[in-house]
Parts: sequence; C-alpha cells; structure tokens
Amino acid sequence: MTLRVPVGEQDHVQGSAEAKCTLVEYGDYECPHCGRAYPTVKRVQKHFGMKLRFIFRNFPLVEMHPHAESAAETAEYAGTKDKFWEMHDALFENQEQLGGTLYLKLAQGLGLSPQELREAVEKREFLARVKNDFSGGVRSGVNGTPTFFINGKRHDAPFEYEDLVQAIDAALASP
Amino acid sequence: MDMILAAGTAAPDFTLHVTPDQKLSLKELRGKPVILAFYPADWSPVCGDQMGLYNEILPEFHKLDAPLLGISVDGVWCHEAFAKDRHLHFPLLADFEPKGAVARSYGVYRVEDGVCGRALFVIDKHGVITWSYCSPMAVNPGADGILEALEHLPK
Repeated sequence: MTLRVPVGEQDHVQGSAEAKCTLVEYGDYECPHCGRAYPTVKRVQKHFGMKLRFIFRNFPLVEMHPHAESAAETAEYAGTKDKFWEMHDALFENQEQLGGTLYLKLAQGLGLSPQELREAVEKREFLARVKNDFSGGVRSGVNGTPTFFINGKRHDAPFEYEDLVQAIDAALASP
Repeated sequence: MDMILAAGTAAPDFTLHVTPDQKLSLKELRGKPVILAFYPADWSPVCGDQMGLYNEILPEFHKLDAPLLGISVDGVWCHEAFAKDRHLHFPLLADFEPKGAVARSYGVYRVEDGVCGRALFVIDKHGVITWSYCSPMAVNPGADGILEALEHLPK
C-alpha cells in the first residue's frame, strides 16, 4: 500500500523538506488510538530531529466519532492563521472534551477569533478540505486510524515508539 | 483454507439471512456490481475496524452504484446488535447455518479458526467475479483495492 497523494503545498508539515524520511499520519482527533499515538509521534520526532518530517492528514471516522469532523475543521481553520500545529496539539491534549465550547476556548487561547471560527465551522468552510484528505487516504489504503506511511509505504505494524523508530531507521538505511 | 475464487469465475449464488425475518440472494442484485466483504467476526475492538471503515467509505461505493454486503459466521441477532452499535448502513449477512457454507463456496473459510477469512470480492453486473483479494487475518485490507476494481469494470 502506497501513498497516492504526494506530500505537497496543501499539507501541514513539521520538519525540513530535506529530511531523509517522511512520516505521514492519517488521523482522527476523537480516536483514542490517535490520542495515544500523539505523544509517541512527538517522541519519535525528537529522536530523529532533522532527519524526519511529519505530516498530519485528516481521516475523521464520523459515524463512530461525532466530533471528529468538527475538530478537523477547527484545526484547518487554525491552519489558515498559521496555527495548525498549535490547534492540532491542543485538540489531542483535550480529546475528552471535543465540541464547540472547547474549540472556542482553544481559539481564544491561541489568539484567534472565536467568532470567526464558529462561523467557519457552522458554514462548513473547511469540510471539502477535510473530505479531500479522507478520500486521498482511502485511495492510499488507509485502513483505520491512525494509519502511518513511512516514505510513502503503509506501516502495517504497531505504532508504539519502538515500532515507529525501528521502521524509520529501516527507511533511513534503505537507499 | 481452500483457494480463493479468482477473477473470471461465476460468483456462487447464495441466500442468507440479512435480518431475523428477511433473506437476501446474491442474484437479486444482478444488474449492479456487488462488493462482498467476508470478515472474521463482529465486535472487533479497534476504531476503524474493517466494517466500521467501510461504513465511513460507503458514500464512495454508492457513487459507483455498488452495494456492499458484509458476511461473517455470526448469527442474525449478533449482526443486528453490532450494526446498531456501530451505526452500519449496509447489510451484514449471517453465514451461520450450515456454518460458513458460503465462505467455503468462495474458498475463504478458515477451518482452523471456524471463521471467514478477510476476503474481498467485486462481482460485475452479470454475476462474474472481476477481482478478489484475501488479506492476512491481522491486516485490515482497507478499500483502495475495491475502488480500483469497481472503476475498472466495463461500463
């Protein structure tokens, strides 16, 4: 299974384009497994430093998680104000309280306009973007959340720290 | 496990319970492409288990006018409770009695485990299998293969 939508300008990226390894996560802010993977990915990023860049794409499982889509839209809104990662982190750190009240509080905390956010979510301004991520993920063989791709290849193994480090080490070692 | 039925084979017809008082036959769906997804068991504990994932992707299958049928050896009441709990919007068929008979006819019954394997079939509007795939038990196959197979069907 390989990533069908290459990493591009539309993506939210942490790390350098020169990095030897690219880790893409398809995730859902309400999924407890993604919540568990969130600090793991941070540790992995710290471990590899400049050698790794990280991309987060939306894969909300809306039938299972009623707040997943609105949370994704909230992060995308923040992204237009250059605060994607701050919002991404805050949403995972407050996963138990996802919903309108939290979004507005987080927006305020990040110096964003709660009013503007509320309108954007109500008008579903970022829904197309979120759905586009989802469709691309389906085409790439995303089979649940989180699904990771390491240098474009689906990571079909557990996503504990050691597993990810090992897989990334292998990707770095291959020519 | 026997050999999974390959592309070009006529899809064996079957009639299975879809609700406690309703049955569905594959041949009733003739004229449309059909997706069959055999899976081991209801109540898989992970988010985005195979059936849950397909439920989310259902709009993409509908765009291609292809009904999806999930099949496992679980009984009708089990399916009903599972579908309700996960808000599934497609039918789950009970390959329950004789146990796994339909899975066997498609070559995807796992005798050693007593369950269906994770096997996917795309059947064209004439009832011929055009694509089949059996995934390792522990790996959810996702939906990319299904979508690709549906898009390659002759119009």
